[in-house]
Amino acid sequence: MDALLIDRLQFAFTISFHYLFPQLTMGLALLIVILKYFAIKKKNEHYNNSARFWAKILGINFVVGVVTGIPMEFQFGTNWAKFSTFAGGVIGQTLAMEGLFAFFLESSFLGLFLFGEKKLGQKGHFITAILIFIGSWLSGYFIIATGAWMQHPVGYAFAPDGSVYLTSFWQLLLNSWALSQYAHNMVGAVVTSAFVMMSIGAYYLLVKRDVEYGKTFIRVGLITGVVSSIIMLFPTGDLESKNVAKHQPIKLAAMEGLFKTTNGADLVLFGVPNMEKLQIDYSIHIPKLLSFLTYYDFDAEVKGLDAFPRDQLPDNIPLIFYSYHIMISLGMLFIGVTLLSAYLLWKKKLFDARWALWILLISFPLPYIANTAGWITAEVGRQPWLVYGLMRTSEGISPTVSASSALFSLIGFISIYIILGILFLMLVVRVIKKGPEHSGKLHSH
Amino acid sequence: MEILWFIIVSFMLAMYVILDGFDIGVGIIHRLIGKTESERALSIRTIGPVWDGNEVWLLAAGGTLYFAFPKLYASSFSGFYLPLTIVLWLLIMRALGIEFRHQINNSRWKSFWDTSFSISSILLAIFFGAALGNVIRGVPLNQEGYFFLPMWTTFTIVPEAGVLDWFTIIMGLVAFFTLMSHGANYIAMKTVSDIQLRARSIAKKSLWGVLITSVAAIVAISSIRPDFWNNYLESPLGFIFPIIGASGMIGMLIFVNRRKDIKAFISSTIFIGAMLAGTAFSLFPKLLTASTNPPHADYSITVYNAAAHEYGLMVGIVWWILGMILVAGYFIYLYRSFRGKISLSAEENGY
Repeated sequence: MDALLIDRLQFAFTISFHYLFPQLTMGLALLIVILKYFAIKKKNEHYNNSARFWAKILGINFVVGVVTGIPMEFQFGTNWAKFSTFAGGVIGQTLAMEGLFAFFLESSFLGLFLFGEKKLGQKGHFITAILIFIGSWLSGYFIIATGAWMQHPVGYAFAPDGSVYLTSFWQLLLNSWALSQYAHNMVGAVVTSAFVMMSIGAYYLLVKRDVEYGKTFIRVGLITGVVSSIIMLFPTGDLESKNVAKHQPIKLAAMEGLFKTTNGADLVLFGVPNMEKLQIDYSIHIPKLLSFLTYYDFDAEVKGLDAFPRDQLPDNIPLIFYSYHIMISLGMLFIGVTLLSAYLLWKKKLFDARWALWILLISFPLPYIANTAGWITAEVGRQPWLVYGLMRTSEGISPTVSASSALFSLIGFISIYIILGILFLMLVVRVIKKGPEHSGKLHSH
Repeated sequence: MEILWFIIVSFMLAMYVILDGFDIGVGIIHRLIGKTESERALSIRTIGPVWDGNEVWLLAAGGTLYFAFPKLYASSFSGFYLPLTIVLWLLIMRALGIEFRHQINNSRWKSFWDTSFSISSILLAIFFGAALGNVIRGVPLNQEGYFFLPMWTTFTIVPEAGVLDWFTIIMGLVAFFTLMSHGANYIAMKTVSDIQLRARSIAKKSLWGVLITSVAAIVAISSIRPDFWNNYLESPLGFIFPIIGASGMIGMLIFVNRRKDIKAFISSTIFIGAMLAGTAFSLFPKLLTASTNPPHADYSITVYNAAAHEYGLMVGIVWWILGMILVAGYFIYLYRSFRGKISLSAEENGY
């Protein structure tokens, strides 16, 4: 294996593993603010206990997010030195701002939020919950603005040595790509937390313990779940694909499995990309829908992969096609599951419908899969570019780091993260087993 | 503009060493100071709510370094690939030691994380010291400004030195003893009774280590990098840093013996800050010195050839000041709400 492949594998592995945690942190931070708001508004300890219960899970989740996040910043330098030399003058801005404006805020107030409820009083505690929410969502913005510049570089110029430098701070910060991707991504984080909350609520109802908490979790999770699942598709998902169509037609063609430029292109619902014959086998498709969805015109021309030079095509088109279709299918499923559950809740049947509770219980991994698949589509779809149109991935790696050094660190990260994942699950299961009723007593020694 | 950012990045790194330094110090002496499980819980509770914020200084300094001197970030992070990778793992082990320990009430579980916390803290101190040693000694930069160092070669300072050689190990020991006494002063300041007495005694003993290793390091630097003192000879005003540093050292010797814990901690803070400032002063304008010496060329990375473009640096000043005002507010609030002594009986704090 060559260094390029290992560097890519390591970044892909560490970022995919890392993002499992922030997506729950960001979503839960919002849901905890909501629970805390009810607790104060209704002067009801029930909501306070619920908030404390979820704060415990947030605490464990946050730690794993922090420790897996630090290697991300380091890797820009360790594994992607040429890229850092090339683009550091631009994306260094947003990365440094993330540290200054988000990390400090989160880390300073998390301890106070988790353990300082008595000291702070209810209003103070509510404010720290809001600060954690703001901090985690700001962090998300800065990192998405960084990634957005790599997808859609703006506000830069070339220096004599071939590197790029910043010419417009506001263009970088308000990159249109970042705005739509941020909206889509944050709603995705809310979907994750809503499904996790519903899942644990369903568990309590199914095993008939902490039933009132179970009902609260399902209500709060379900209402945010319905809203966020729908916003996921429209307008944020729609906006995202319009952006891709406009700026990255190659990625669009790969996502949709469109090999040939077509007037009135069909929308492929399912199929198997055949890279030898350059076609989709076994395809189930809706005529002309892709043209309509992309340009609001059933006969519009959509460029296929054949319209572009071979050396500009991503190196793994089937992966892009599959992950995009997995994301879309799951997104549809989320709308179906949440709408159905909401209907049952409205009819006051949900809490007795064990089959529906079972569905909610086992659905929690799906938003994680959907979010990961979405990011795979976005980032593998960016290939062969590291910075779209400006720098190829193969040009960005560290020139002096050998394949064996990279393999050493990759194996280390995989081993540590597996153990970390097991410990995380173990600790969260313990919190769930202990239950929300006893969350009033904060951590004991 | 570049010089201003050199000062800013140095300031942020020094803040990291001072603040997270006492967390690391607590970790170094964690097993010495906590004879029982609840004493070790107490040791962790002295840093519980603040350690994460302290560690963010490393991330923020790293981000700022990336933004202001991208070439330095790229070159040094890829060149120090192996030690940095290990530092990352150590940071993970340390964070888990602090945060996972209290999650399960089981003595084997706690003992495991206690060990994880202390071993990772010890190694982090040594690695950070050795890293500074590498920057002072120089690295084999090539024409493009990149290099790669093995962990060690023969431990002698040959042109192909590794990350660890006798000099960088001395620097690692300087950091080890310095942070050990810094952490001991911190614990003495934050606790009472048995733990406090033990912390004072460790602070006293570790001072000898600081003194001996620092003298050894200064002698070693003078022999392997005679040009280290050039900046001082050119502008003698710079001697203010070593003088302040020495007075911090004297302050530690006096106050540790007189049991003035707060003043001893302030002294060790001054010592660390002044020594780092003195090092930054002598390195300037070089950020990373090339040990390769081809005729008529110097491949060293300097403040001038590594800095980002003027516009970005100008914009950065605006948000950096804004950010620092906020950060100062957070830290004042955080440390105020966490002020005072911590005792075995107070259980309300989760750590």
